Amino acid sequence: MGSNLATSAATAPDFAARASIALADDGLRRKFRRAMDGLMTKRAAQFPDPEAWTSLRARGAAIRRRSLARLPQLLEQLETRCRANGIQVHWAETSADADRIIQGILTDHGVRTLIKGKSMVSEEIHLNDFLAEHSISAVESDLGEFVIQLAHETPSHIIMPCIHKSKEDVATLFRDHIPNQAYTDDVDALTATARRVLREQFAGADAGLSGVNFAIAETGTLCLVENEGNGRLSTTLPPLHVAVMGLEKVVERLEDVPPLLSLLTRSATGQAITTYVNFISSPRKEGEQDGPREVHLVLLDNGRTRIFGDPQLQETLACIRCGACMNHCPVYTRVGGHAYDAVYPGPIGKILTPQIDGLATAGDLPHASSLCGACGEVCPVAIPIPNLLVRLRGEAAHQNSASTVMGAGARHSSVEDWVWRGWRLMHQVPLFYRVATRVLTRIGNAMPASLPMLNAWTSVRTKPRFARRPLNELVRSRGFDHE
Amino acid sequence: MSNARTAILDRLRAARPAPLPVLPEWSVTIPPAERLNRFSERLEASHAEVVTSTSGHWPSLLAERLKARGNTQGSANGSSVHYPPGTHHGRCLADAWTDKPELRLVAYDQPVEVLKDTLVHRVDAAVTATRGGIAETGTLILWPSAEEPRLMSLLPPLHVALVEAKEIYGTLTEAMMVQNWSAGLPTNALLISGPSKTADIEQTLAYGVHGPKELLVIVLDP
Ligand code: SF4
Repeated sequence: MGSNLATSAATAPDFAARASIALADDGLRRKFRRAMDGLMTKRAAQFPDPEAWTSLRARGAAIRRRSLARLPQLLEQLETRCRANGIQVHWAETSADADRIIQGILTDHGVRTLIKGKSMVSEEIHLNDFLAEHSISAVESDLGEFVIQLAHETPSHIIMPCIHKSKEDVATLFRDHIPNQAYTDDVDALTATARRVLREQFAGADAGLSGVNFAIAETGTLCLVENEGNGRLSTTLPPLHVAVMGLEKVVERLEDVPPLLSLLTRSATGQAITTYVNFISSPRKEGEQDGPREVHLVLLDNGRTRIFGDPQLQETLACIRCGACMNHCPVYTRVGGHAYDAVYPGPIGKILTPQIDGLATAGDLPHASSLCGACGEVCPVAIPIPNLLVRLRGEAAHQNSASTVMGAGARHSSVEDWVWRGWRLMHQVPLFYRVATRVLTRIGNAMPASLPMLNAWTSVRTKPRFARRPLNELVRSRGFDHE
Repeated sequence: MSNARTAILDRLRAARPAPLPVLPEWSVTIPPAERLNRFSERLEASHAEVVTSTSGHWPSLLAERLKARGNTQGSANGSSVHYPPGTHHGRCLADAWTDKPELRLVAYDQPVEVLKDTLVHRVDAAVTATRGGIAETGTLILWPSAEEPRLMSLLPPLHVALVEAKEIYGTLTEAMMVQNWSAGLPTNALLISGPSKTADIEQTLAYGVHGPKELLVIVLDP
C-alpha cells in the first residue's frame, strides 16, 4: 500500500496533488514524524545556550556572506591553490556539461565501476543514469543511498536519504538483491551485510566520486564530513578520485571551517561533530602508500551564477545543506521528501529548485509553505527563507521583463491582475468604495462558497461572513467622540 | 572547458558586489584543567574506549587487550596488527612484542595496490599515532604519512590511537592555530571522533558500517 502510494505520488502533476497522496499514507507519515521529532530534539540539545547559538550563527552567517561577496576571486584562488597541490580543476556551466566532464575523466582512465560517497550535487546532475548510458556502473556506498539505489528510488531527505524506508523494507530489498542473503530486519545484521557487500565494491572500484562540504581557497583543500567512513574509502582506496561541488561551496580561509562545521553537524544530526572530517589537499605524493594517484575537482554552475546576480536571491547560495529547515518544516514533516518531486526537498528546495529549474516547472513549490518562519529561525546561516519564498511567489505572478529569475511571470494570471486592479481602484476612489462595500455587505453572504474562483479559497477555509453594514457607515451613523 | 571558466567568472563579476560583512567575534574556550576529562568523556559518549597509560607501558597494555579480545578477521590463531615500523612508537611495539608470537605485526610498507587483499580482509587492528586531540568534541587529529598511510585508521575492525596528554587542545580552532595548519596541509588531514557509524536505517545507531567497529584511544601521560 505504502509503496504504491509513494509511486503514484511521484507522478502526480503538482505539489498539491502529490502532497494529498502523501498525506493519506499513514505509514509514511509515521516514519517521517518519528525521524523528524528525533532530529529536532537532538538539534535542540546541541544549542542549549541561546547566546552561544546567536554568536556562533552570526559568525557562520558572516563567513558565508563574505565568501559570496568575494566569490569570483575565491574560485580563482581555489583553482590556483588546487592546481599547485596537484588537484585538477574543471568548470561546468550546466548539469550536462558536468556529466560529460566526469564521464570524460572516467573514460580516459578506463573506468568501468565507480564507487560513490554521498553527494547531492551528483543527484542534481543525475550522474548515475548518465554514466549507465556510457556503460559505467556507479555504486552508492552511503548506507542510505545504497538502499535507495537497490530500490531504484531517489533520496527523500538530503542528509538521511532513506528515511521513508522501514527496516522491514530494507530487509526485503537486501533479501531480493543480495545473493544468499536471508531475510533479517536486525539493523546490526543489515549493516554488517552492507559492509561485506560494499567492501568488495570498494576493493574492485576503478574510481571514487565524492561531494564537497567546504572547499578552502586559502589552502586548496576539500573538506568532507561524514559518519560512515564510505566518504574516506571512496576518496582513498580507488586510484582516481573525482569530487563534484556547487561553485558556492568555497570559503576563504581554513579558520572559517571550525564554526561552519560546528553549525553543520549540530544542525543536521544533533552531533557536536561527525565521526570523520576529511581534509583532502592533494593526490598521493611520492613515497606515500595509498590515496588516489589523481584528484579532479568539478565546479558546477547549473544556474548558480544567475542566482548570484540578484542581491536578495543570492542568499540562497549561503546554504551549507544541513537539512535543519526540512526537519523543522510543518509541511515537509507531514508530506515527506518525494512530494516535492525535486532533488532538494523541503524549504531549501522550495527556494533552490524554482531558481535552478525555473518557475515554469517548479513555480508551485514556493507556495508549498505556510510561511510560519520555522525554517528561517533554525537555519544555521540565517537565510531568510520565508522572505525568499514570498519574493519567488511574486516573481512567478508578475510579468517583468527585467527579472533575472528563470521563468518569471510563468504563473501570471490576468484575472488575478484585474482583481487587484479593481481592489486598488476601490480604495482610491471614495465613490467606488462606497458602492463596492454596499454591494458586498448586501449580497456577500448570499454568494455560495462553491462559486468558481471563490472556491479556490473556500475549499480549505471557511468563507468569511460579511458584516451587515460597512465600518464607515457605522461610524458615520453612531459617531465617535473624536470625529 | 576554459570557455566555461571564463563564462562563469564573467557572470559572477557582472553581479553588483555585495558589501563585505565584518566577522563578528566568536570563540569557545575550554580551560586546560578540564581538557583531558572532557576529551575522554566525549569520546566515550561516541562509543570509543579511552584508557590512560605511559610511554613505557602501553605496548603490554595493548597486548593484554588484544588477547582478551581475540581475533576478529578469522585468522587461524592470534591477531594481525598493522603498525608503523619506521616510527618511534612502531619500534617500541616491535621491541615489546618480540615474545608474543600470537600477535603478528604487519607493516604497511608497500603501495595499497600490492597489499589490498591483506588490508581489506586480513588485518584485525592497526596502531597509529595522532597529532593530538580536541577536548570540545572528543576528537583525534591524524595526519597520515608515508609511515602511517591513510587506510590504517579505516580498514581494520579495530583502530588503536595513541594521544599524548599534553597535546590535547581545547578546540579545533586552537589546534589549527597552534599547529599552524594554514602554512601547509598534508595530502590528507583527518579528524576522527569515534568508530564508524550509521543511523540510516530507522535512525538506529549501528557501528562499523565501513570503517572500524571499535576505536581504542590510549592517552599517554606522560
Ligand atoms: S537553508 Fe539553512 S537550514 Fe536549510 S539546509 Fe541550508 S543551511 Fe540548512
